[in-house]
Amino acid sequence: MNVLIFLVLAIAASIPLSYAFRAGLVRVLPHEKALVARDMPLTAAFGIMVIGVYVIVAFAAPLLAPFPERAVVGSQFQPWDSTYLLGTDRLGRDMLSRLIYGARNTVGIAFATTALAFVVGALLGIWAALRGGWLDQLLSRFVDALMAIPSLIFSLLLLTIFGTSVLTLILVIAAVDATRVYRIARSVSQGVVVMDYIEAARLRGEGNWYLIRHEILPNALAPLVAEFGLRFCFVFLTISSLSFLGLGIQPPTADWGSMVRDNATLITFGDMTPLMPAGAIALLTVAVNFVVDWQLYRASGLKEQG
Amino acid sequence: MSSDVLLQIRDLQIEGRAGEDWLPIIKGVNLTLKRGEVLGLIGESGAGKSTLGLAAMGFARDGCRISGGEINFDGIDLRTASERAKRNLRGQRIAYVAQSAAASFNPAHKLIDQYCEVPVLGGMSRSKAADEAVTLYRKMQLPDPEDIGFRYPHQVSGGQLQRAMTAMAMACHPDLIIFDEPTTALDVTTQIEVLAAIRDIVRDFNTAAIYITHDLAVVAQMADRIKILLRGDEVEEADTRAMLAAPKAEYTKSLWAVRSFTRPEQPPAEGAPLVSVQGVTAGYGKAQILHDVSFDIHPGRTVAVVGESGSGKSTVARVITGLLPPREGQVVFDGQPLPPDYRARTRDQLRQCQMIYQMADTALNPKLPLRELIGRPAQMYLGLKGRALDARVRDLLALIELEPDQYIDRLPSELSGGQKQRIGIARALAAEPRLIICDEVTSALDQIVQEGILKLLDRLQREFGLAYMFITHDLSTVRAIADDVVVMQLGRVVEQGPKPEMFTPPHAPYTDLLLSSVPEMDPDWLTRLLAAR
Repeated sequence: MNVLIFLVLAIAASIPLSYAFRAGLVRVLPHEKALVARDMPLTAAFGIMVIGVYVIVAFAAPLLAPFPERAVVGSQFQPWDSTYLLGTDRLGRDMLSRLIYGARNTVGIAFATTALAFVVGALLGIWAALRGGWLDQLLSRFVDALMAIPSLIFSLLLLTIFGTSVLTLILVIAAVDATRVYRIARSVSQGVVVMDYIEAARLRGEGNWYLIRHEILPNALAPLVAEFGLRFCFVFLTISSLSFLGLGIQPPTADWGSMVRDNATLITFGDMTPLMPAGAIALLTVAVNFVVDWQLYRASGLKEQG
Repeated sequence: MSSDVLLQIRDLQIEGRAGEDWLPIIKGVNLTLKRGEVLGLIGESGAGKSTLGLAAMGFARDGCRISGGEINFDGIDLRTASERAKRNLRGQRIAYVAQSAAASFNPAHKLIDQYCEVPVLGGMSRSKAADEAVTLYRKMQLPDPEDIGFRYPHQVSGGQLQRAMTAMAMACHPDLIIFDEPTTALDVTTQIEVLAAIRDIVRDFNTAAIYITHDLAVVAQMADRIKILLRGDEVEEADTRAMLAAPKAEYTKSLWAVRSFTRPEQPPAEGAPLVSVQGVTAGYGKAQILHDVSFDIHPGRTVAVVGESGSGKSTVARVITGLLPPREGQVVFDGQPLPPDYRARTRDQLRQCQMIYQMADTALNPKLPLRELIGRPAQMYLGLKGRALDARVRDLLALIELEPDQYIDRLPSELSGGQKQRIGIARALAAEPRLIICDEVTSALDQIVQEGILKLLDRLQREFGLAYMFITHDLSTVRAIADDVVVMQLGRVVEQGPKPEMFTPPHAPYTDLLLSSVPEMDPDWLTRLLAAR
């Protein structure tokens, strides 16, 4: 019951908060950007605000956290009190501090992974669309083969083979996700490649790199940006689920997925503490999707009329 | 009120949304249409012709609203009528024929199924509707009227599709049909057939029609009266013959004058040709498009390549630019044979031959500012950088008559259709070429804008001694700008020679057909032509 009341209050509070945030943005930003900010829906303002808070928390973690990330500072499973605001975990580490450091690790790794997946996937996808022929066939069939394997099982397999360092984690998930990005980039670019301006640029004697950077990428950007947001959420959830399964970010590094697993026993006692990291994941996912929805809406052509 | 009047529009005002504001599109136009009368609506694009046409059905496009005035159709006030009442009128008593039949038919259904939809809704039995469809198809002189309805839209030609669409509009014997540029997308030879079919059927059924077009010669054949619109205002209205004989308003006179641009004739070509297409045979896959095509382009001259769609004119351009290597024959540029594939050509060979496209919308990258669009060839071929590049782009903008300071940082989406085409020209010029291939560069533009583009091309040719290869299906453009003419049909050159020779008889039979198909301003032209054939 308390949880429900808390949720309702949180949602109610977030509305005026997002409203104030948007009004603030309009004030602060230079004219052109302020116009965009003025027209954005409240949900998008909320999303940007939440993402902003996460980024600040991630960067300022050592300043914000009351205790170090890995230190055992109290006894096990202490309840919420004035010293340990969210209690302690099963080893006696401060939950709040780990939650704050977790933002840094989980979000940071997810971002690096998504960025890598995009660079690789988008470039290969555009290149395949541009060149066509055997190169396109080779890349596409290879990607098809990779996509045929369920992604979680495939990542589990790769992680078991290559070990579970942060670097392999990033590389493996990026490789799996790059296949999805490749598909989208290729199909969007195929629509662009047939345009007369590409033919004109080819006849001018432009190289592939110029074509990709100046002629195709700007025209394929909107759907790719939207995809970036969604992909980020998926990667984020994949990392968390891998951590939950014990193959993701390894202890004692704080990570939201493994934090849920570690303290899951508390749920049986009616304590909501283990749900906090899960809530943090959910909140960020929702926030990112709000922003993505707004970007998709803008990309759907309304922006062109401006 | 007299029952003679079918449609009465009074002081109609329509506004369109622009951001937060509403801007007027139609500013108080009056229109009266009697039963069985055909009214021609003329104007440049953006004049509000189509908006007015749709308003006659009580309809406003998304983002538009009818903000004032009266629309009265046979005693029914369309502004206050319910959506349901209006829906019953549309299709049954008022029909609409769109410019592009290809885009208006549903590609997933057979023609006759789409034909029957409205009559069946109106309570006719399916088999009776299908019978009538065949009758109408025959009246529209479609080949194979019994069976053509069972084809899908992609299985019939553009002209046939346009006639099928007119048949569909006639399905319920409506009192009023609105034709929105029904022949603009068609070849001249096809246009004649469609025009004749439309005219006959409108007369036979005593249907009133609003005929929207920007082609004066076409409207002269079709309409009893002509109304001229300019930026949402009525300029003038009169009977067709009176209007043609003595236009009153200045604007109308300027419309009439458009067709008068002709460049001075030049002496026949002499010396070595710049480009020589020699015995080219080419095609895609198994299909052979070009058969042994040969012609020359001399420096400083314009060669017009004329033909219907499917005659292979654009394919010739693709062979010259190297996009489609020929199977036999070669292209010789300035005495040197060009490598057949553009990828094997040197940068200098690429530079000397530039291309301007039909659709400026797809030929300019919408995400690049004009500075980069125009500057890139100069940067690439001539190695200009920084200040020199900036100065060059400004020069080019001034050459195409656009104010450099105002335009240099704009995106293509911030330009009008004619301005975009000018940017296409500037981009070609930036490479300092010797040959420019113009692929239907004026066919997507209004007459007045066309005129501007043709004059610009002519001026640039004289200034820089350029050679043009001008691909077009519009013979009035050929008359205006060509020095030499190459007529193509089904991938072969039917006839070629200097313009004066080509426009004086005797012609090859196909040339004759093409020439006689160009609409003339004379309202009796179509009647005479059909009688003569």
